Amino acid sequence: MAAQSLDMQDVAMNGTRANPNSAFRRLLAVIRELLGNPSSGFGLVVITILVLTAIVAPLIAPYDPNVIDLGNTLKPPSAEQWFGTDELGRDIMSRIIYGTRISLTIITIVSVIVGPIGLLVGTTAGYFGGWYDTIMMRITDIFLSFPSLILSLAFVAALGAGLENAIIAIGLTTWPPIARLARAETLTFRGADYISASRMQGASSLRIIIKSIMPMCLPSVLVRITLSMATVILTAAGLGFLGLGAQPPLPEWGAMIATGRRYMLDNWWLVAFPGGAILLVSLAFNLLGDGLRDALDPKQR
Amino acid sequence: MTAIDVRNLSIDLGYGLAKKRILGDVCFSVEAGESFGLVGESGSGKSTILRCIARLLNVWEGDIRLEGRSVNDMPFVEYCRTVQMVFQDPYGSLHPRQSIRTALQEPLRIHRMDRQVERMERALIDVGLDPAFLSRYPHELSGGQRQRVAIARALILEPRILLLDEPTSALDVSVQAEVLNLLADLRAKRNLTYLFVSHDLAVIDHMCERLAVMQHGRVVEVMSRDVLATGQAQDPYARELIQASLEYDHAV
Repeated sequence: MAAQSLDMQDVAMNGTRANPNSAFRRLLAVIRELLGNPSSGFGLVVITILVLTAIVAPLIAPYDPNVIDLGNTLKPPSAEQWFGTDELGRDIMSRIIYGTRISLTIITIVSVIVGPIGLLVGTTAGYFGGWYDTIMMRITDIFLSFPSLILSLAFVAALGAGLENAIIAIGLTTWPPIARLARAETLTFRGADYISASRMQGASSLRIIIKSIMPMCLPSVLVRITLSMATVILTAAGLGFLGLGAQPPLPEWGAMIATGRRYMLDNWWLVAFPGGAILLVSLAFNLLGDGLRDALDPKQR
Repeated sequence: MTAIDVRNLSIDLGYGLAKKRILGDVCFSVEAGESFGLVGESGSGKSTILRCIARLLNVWEGDIRLEGRSVNDMPFVEYCRTVQMVFQDPYGSLHPRQSIRTALQEPLRIHRMDRQVERMERALIDVGLDPAFLSRYPHELSGGQRQRVAIARALILEPRILLLDEPTSALDVSVQAEVLNLLADLRAKRNLTYLFVSHDLAVIDHMCERLAVMQHGRVVEVMSRDVLATGQAQDPYARELIQASLEYDHAV
């Protein structure tokens, strides 16, 4: 009997809960708003193309990115090889296409690490206040006081060169601004009546932070992460350029520029195309971030 | 039985010379089933008293007893099921990103209560809203509807004492009357004890049997409702307040 009534309760809850649908509709509305604005529309389109390229890279890349063809080195852009070949005869266009996978991996892993850490540090510091807040914010200050590229350089130097370590280093330098933002947002909500109400209903601090405060911080944190993706791409390219990020055979854009640097004066296509790709993608993330801020932030409406 | 007993409640902020008394030796008690009003001008400490009883402020001295037990000694779970509060601003007291369902279900989940769907629907019906409101969000409701939801949320844990912090001052006059009548009905049905803060003597006259007049963080006089009609208060400030309110009513 009890089990049956529980079942009925489940059915009743699922039957009346139309949330997934409405969330989907809200997502569509946000996408429509992003496309309505030329600059954020451009950002969204470029990033969609980036993601699709990364997924279908083997299908659309005309050549193998790692096959060396010494009889065909430093060829300028032509009908067969649109972006030309590099000093080892590898097709630059194929390398850029495969490079999207590396960039996307870095971006995804960094945001998966950075978002939760920033949110957790920021919301707890803002909610609890006192000495906990002081300690957390001083740690954040220490991280913020270094330029992010210098700090990631230090981390990579300590951890050793390589893509994984570059990702960890970039993650370590990207969370502080997010923590700051989440704390500032939390401070504006912590005195709200709905927080007092849920405290009076017996909600624990953890419950209040997760259920009431984090959802309020999420939109601005999301915008902030999107905007910092541009910096992440630049830092990753910078580390690659300095030889501390992705290691040689990997077609990472920064590393491609680094090797192309030696031939730059006579063979411009070695650096122009990877450089253009970095420029385009970081610009797209910046524009998308701005557009997202307009679409998600209720305060600007 | 005494539902709320406040003895020598004081709050001092600051140290040394900068020390400032926010509340001074506030004493009053409210019988079970009674509706007790707190009136006074802005900044006289009405809401502060409420926040002390609600345990949202913890820096006070003195003694607050609910049903004979000190609030600080009560287990928190039990405390939550004894007292709940309705806030002044219906636009700020509901979480903007939580549906009414979530808002009502949270307390039930926290206290692991049974028959949650039934309780939520019942709570909405009791405050005069359709159960279909469960899937709505606060921004889809009017001020009066929000305040009804806030009342439903406060009552869903079946408390015996309700703290009301100017529950109608943010509402339109016609909606005010509806919400006040709803509160009066609920009290009669459930035998609730109200501690009602307001600066509107007409509202207090309508809702409360007894009231305390406050000025500068002190209770200057505790009187019964009848005094409001005659204006025969002992304290000069209380008399002035009642007189001013009567004149205002005539002018309107």
